[in-house]
Amino acid sequence: MTLGRTLWCIILIKLFIMFAVLRVFFFPSYLQGGEEEKGEAVSAELTERMAPLPPPDNDVE
Amino acid sequence: MMDAIDSSLVDWSRAQFALTAMYHWLFVPLTLGLGVVMAIMETLYVRTGREFWKQTARFWMKLFGINFAMGVATGIILEFEFGTNWSNYSWFVGDIFGAPLAIEGILAFFMESTFIAVMYFGWNKVSKRAHLASTWLTIIGATISAWWILVANAWMQHPVGMEFNPDTVRNEMVDFAAVAFSPVAVVKFCHTVSSSWVLGAVFVVGVSCWYLLRGRHREFALSSIRVAAWFGLFAALITAHTGHQSGRDIAMYQPMKLAAAEGLYEGSAEQGLVLGGILRPGADWTTGSTDDHFLLKVEMPYALSYLATHDLQGYVPGIRNLLEGGYTLPDGSVALSAEEKMRRGRVAIEALAQYRAASEPEQKAAALATLRQNFPWFGYGYLKSPGELVPPVSITFYSFRIMVVLGGYFIALFAGLLLLGQRVTRWKWAQLAVVLTIPLAWLASQAGWVVAEVGRQPWSIQGLLPNVAAISKLDVGSVQTTFFIFLVLFTLLLVAELGIMGKAIAAGPETDETSA
Repeated sequence: MTLGRTLWCIILIKLFIMFAVLRVFFFPSYLQGGEEEKGEAVSAELTERMAPLPPPDNDVE
Repeated sequence: MMDAIDSSLVDWSRAQFALTAMYHWLFVPLTLGLGVVMAIMETLYVRTGREFWKQTARFWMKLFGINFAMGVATGIILEFEFGTNWSNYSWFVGDIFGAPLAIEGILAFFMESTFIAVMYFGWNKVSKRAHLASTWLTIIGATISAWWILVANAWMQHPVGMEFNPDTVRNEMVDFAAVAFSPVAVVKFCHTVSSSWVLGAVFVVGVSCWYLLRGRHREFALSSIRVAAWFGLFAALITAHTGHQSGRDIAMYQPMKLAAAEGLYEGSAEQGLVLGGILRPGADWTTGSTDDHFLLKVEMPYALSYLATHDLQGYVPGIRNLLEGGYTLPDGSVALSAEEKMRRGRVAIEALAQYRAASEPEQKAAALATLRQNFPWFGYGYLKSPGELVPPVSITFYSFRIMVVLGGYFIALFAGLLLLGQRVTRWKWAQLAVVLTIPLAWLASQAGWVVAEVGRQPWSIQGLLPNVAAISKLDVGSVQTTFFIFLVLFTLLLVAELGIMGKAIAAGPETDETSA
């Protein structure tokens, strides 16, 4: 097989694996729905993930 | 709710992204560097009319094509990961990240792919000058692609030109020029592209020296070395200069990264630069004194102060100072402590929640004012302790030194090859040393990315969004699965590339050496 054919073969196999296998089965879009639903979902995530407030100081001295 | 995010999910998501980005970055710098070398070779052909230069250019184009074909679309996997693994980040950055990537895809990538077809299949179909223009436009297209990708990356390191919209929970671009021509983006582009030129030049002199070692294609090898060594020396000097400018940017916008790269725990004025050193294994970088963190170090007095502030007496904060605050910033204000930034971050996040929950205009306005006031520290609200602000120091410290030492070595290598000229044919050990330098160019290039990306941890977007808030809440097992799928896939592709590239190099150029 010539160099050109080998490269085209590899490119096509690679693109098939990326778009027909990985993209479809392993990388679905995590955020679903319309723009508003997506914004709502991210807003909820960003709010819920806030670090808890540190416990108040118990300086008894 | 923070417990819902497993720390191993953050680590595996980062590992997966790092693997993909580092694999992609094996191909990109060779495309950018070798592309310019082959275009210079073809320019020599058009100017001199010698068939020798045409065959020389065609040989390097063949290697360029192999690299291009093997690397094509590897960057697309990163975009899959943005949508699946980094969904909060992708939404939060909005069109600021999307616009440069779209411009890259529509303008630069299509320009590159159009002219690459003429470059490979148009040798006897278009005029010499049209072909030469296609070759240059191919590499210019690839370089413009790099520009837009680096604009997006630079924004993550130094977010500018945007305003956060709490209604959509997205950052919206308000100043395109500020994003596209951010000083961080300009310096990052110049440093990254010039370092890629260095890598391309090292590849060319390395392969050429392999031919000299084997006693083959002597004139081809010497001519290629001459062109690539001049180009490489020029590129390496630009890389050193832009590296200095990049250091200045890091000192201004990401001082924790600079402190980590220097292993600087306690900052000072007249601060020395660590030329070399050995960090104490397992040292805790959130406590102790400077002596606790090094087993050995050699410093150049004043150099870090000069690098960071352009003043030998300039103050450079260390990790402790950055965590505790209290020192005077260049604008005269007093640096906040990490605790205070975390408090303000929480205020900003709570204000966002209040804004979105509020039904009365007055409540909304009050929450919005609080959010705007505290937004610069928004991301700090996701951190549980100040220690999370310290990036992995040893990885950043050693990667920085690997990059700088190798950068200096490349300058010496190119200068040495130019001084030796044809005498390099007599010194087998020198030829072997140059051949063995080829992988070092990739090591330096990858080390540069490690400094840039590991050094800015824990941030996805500096100050605004840490990884723990940026990732999607996926099952760790699914991220691990895709990590190992990629590992196998990338390894197979890399083996295939090395095999094909090795065969093409072994076959050698079709130059008629008598016409040189």
